[in-house]
Amino acid sequence: MLDFPRWKKVWLWSLILLVSIASLPSIASLSGLNWPDELPDPAVNLGLDLAGGSHILLEADARQLSIQRLETMEESVRTALRQAKPAVRIGDVSTQGNRLSFMVESAADVDRAREAILPLVNGTGMTREWSLSVIDETRFVLTPTEQGNTAALDQAMDSAKDVIDRRINAIGTLEPTIIRQGDDRIVVQAPGQEDPEALKALIGQTAKLEFKLVDENALPSDIAAGNAPAGSQIFPFADGTPQAGQGIAVRRLGGIKGDSLTNAQQGFSPQDNSPVVNITFDQQGAAKFARLTTQNVNKPFAIILDGKVLSAPNINEPIRGGTAQISGGFTVDGANQLAISLRSGALPVDLKVIEERTVGPDLGADSIRKGLGAMAIGTGLILLFMVVTYGRFGVYANLALVLNVLMILGIMAAFNATLTLPGLAGFVLTIGAAVDANVLINERIREERRRGRSVVAAVETGYKEASRAIYDANITNVIAATLLFLFGQGPVKGFAVVLVIGVITSMFTAVTITRMWVAGWLRRTRPTDINI
Amino acid sequence: MKLLKLVPDNTNIHFLGWRVPFFVVSALLIVASWGLVLTQGLNLGVDFVGGQMIRVTFVGKADAPVGAMRTEIERLGYGDPIIQRFGQPNEASIRMKLPEGSDARPDLANTMAERITSALKAAHPEVRIDGVDSVSGKVSGELFRTGLLSLLAAMVAISIYIWIRFEWQFGAGALLALFHDVSLTLGFFALTQLEFDLNIVAAILTIIGYSLNDTIVVYDRIRENLKKYRKMPLPELLDLSVNETLARTVMTSLTLLVALVPLVLFGPASLFGMAAGITLGIFVGTYSSIYMSAPLLVWFGVRGDSFVPAETKVDRAEQIARGEA
Repeated sequence: MLDFPRWKKVWLWSLILLVSIASLPSIASLSGLNWPDELPDPAVNLGLDLAGGSHILLEADARQLSIQRLETMEESVRTALRQAKPAVRIGDVSTQGNRLSFMVESAADVDRAREAILPLVNGTGMTREWSLSVIDETRFVLTPTEQGNTAALDQAMDSAKDVIDRRINAIGTLEPTIIRQGDDRIVVQAPGQEDPEALKALIGQTAKLEFKLVDENALPSDIAAGNAPAGSQIFPFADGTPQAGQGIAVRRLGGIKGDSLTNAQQGFSPQDNSPVVNITFDQQGAAKFARLTTQNVNKPFAIILDGKVLSAPNINEPIRGGTAQISGGFTVDGANQLAISLRSGALPVDLKVIEERTVGPDLGADSIRKGLGAMAIGTGLILLFMVVTYGRFGVYANLALVLNVLMILGIMAAFNATLTLPGLAGFVLTIGAAVDANVLINERIREERRRGRSVVAAVETGYKEASRAIYDANITNVIAATLLFLFGQGPVKGFAVVLVIGVITSMFTAVTITRMWVAGWLRRTRPTDINI
Repeated sequence: MKLLKLVPDNTNIHFLGWRVPFFVVSALLIVASWGLVLTQGLNLGVDFVGGQMIRVTFVGKADAPVGAMRTEIERLGYGDPIIQRFGQPNEASIRMKLPEGSDARPDLANTMAERITSALKAAHPEVRIDGVDSVSGKVSGELFRTGLLSLLAAMVAISIYIWIRFEWQFGAGALLALFHDVSLTLGFFALTQLEFDLNIVAAILTIIGYSLNDTIVVYDRIRENLKKYRKMPLPELLDLSVNETLARTVMTSLTLLVALVPLVLFGPASLFGMAAGITLGIFVGTYSSIYMSAPLLVWFGVRGDSFVPAETKVDRAEQIARGEA
């Protein structure tokens, strides 16, 4: 055991050197020093709880998405049957009970109707997205399949992630991490975020823009009571508009959706200089918008954002240029944010913030300072304690401990692991536990010496016999820490990472490295007695 | 230089003789802990019950105006906030649980936090929002389940490992000792009403890991001695093993404590609960490794031949058959 071949020593020392160098940028960044830009900087990542920033977990409203799917299907079916030659007339359309049903007016049209809507039902992929049945001879029932809903949600989540990405990029100052989690969730992590509210408002806004004709026949009393006339729907006015608190009836069908925008910019109204959003439609959208406005001059149309009416101006003249202006009691910031949201596209599904963890930069810096302070005191005490208790062997253990800390930092930096606040606690604990192995070894050496073994034999037995207990004990720690990593969340995961790395590196530093040093010393000096 | 020895050489404490009184004490402590947990309950943080927790600092002020804050927040109509000093006198934490029936509104916790921060900013321009945690009922339920699951899984996985490496009696002994440590730690949190959050689950998992370190050192020595002294009566052998390893048990716990106590005293306020929990757990774990894990083996009936290789048993049977033994 005391034989260390030259190649092994060279290998161990190069490893020590390499790891120590790898830890330097981390030490610099933790202690707030500037690392020269010219050098590569693989410093350990600081978690949001140390660096300051926001962790936001968003969840999609899957129910709302399936309602939306039914509505889209209704429009597609209507269009397909209207465009059939000759058109198929239908009635009694309903989207109640999570299914779309309608009746074909003439039983002779059933086969033609089925042919016209079959392409819609089968979808594009391999999965069947809808199941179609005909009951009572003329009633069609379309039910979304489980796979269909799952596929739709999956697609919606993918594009929602892209939309959030574009929106945050539009601010330009953040380096966020945006990841999908599970079936219906998205995590946004934004370090150093000064104003989490603005960030949430930006990523959480669905930004679904609609233009719908106002139903002028609706009675104000009906609107107030919430009863919409047939073919109409009541929408509330948005907060901040002069009519906030009231509602307005609009025609359900025949409006324009804002998904055909090419641009949106914040501007000012030429009339009263209030902040507005100027939007530009693409060619198709512009044509539709021109048609709608031409056919409905002098009638009001409602501009609806995320189910709330921003304003309901009169159409004074046909709008043919493909541009329009949205007003609705905005502030400059509000208009700017809406412009960004509209530019980056609407979220295909409503997202709700179901978890938020924000840490201000001051608190993060304070945590680092206090954590490092406590770590310094603890480490100092341990170093002292080990020397007082084990003399020379304690010094070796201490050197191994310092090396262990450097190794953990170096490995974390190399694997791009994140150091969190509980991770700092994990560090402190690792420091306390790292010398455990040396305590076990040294106590065993003491014991063997007492039993009268020679120095070399005692050291040899000490390392050999203690290693078994060290190995067993560390495996149990790795089991606990691995479970912590698997089930833990965010910062706690960071704690588990430090613990696992610390347990593994401490086996190496406390057992192998100290053995090399002890062996070297024993061979050089050949002591007849040791003070342990 | 004379080196420090915390445990004198050739200590011979008769631990096993005390096993009955200590078991009674341990059993009482476990019952008391669970009694506290069931009657007082744990002060579950927003991680597990949902709601929001906001940390604020009143920059340039001596004290946080707790009374005024309470009035301003109660006015929002979400219920009574729990406002506490947190760290410095001008720092405070505001906790608000989710109101009943908030399942249908997953973003309520977040809206609540937003309205509270804006109300505070409006009333106190000098307030600085240091941290916001808002957790919906759905997420908190998941965190609670996974937290509990990870604790159980860790205890079982570790016991199975010990069972494989040693014998079933050792696995069962370790499991009971772990149950003791976890119970007492929970009792501590029920007693102090320190906030019980995800960090504390991490603390308990850590306690499970390190408490076993000591237990394993003792068990390893018992295994060694069982092979060495085949004829020694078990209580005597256990006493010998515990005494032989006492210095290490005490020293390893001490090094951990030396590292942890500064973290409790001077560390960041948000780590206080975690650090305090682990510190207590190290104490309890050391106690249980000495007074529980080893004595339990007597009751579980570990026999002297538990670790004798199988061939030897066969050889012995043959010897008996030949009338040589």
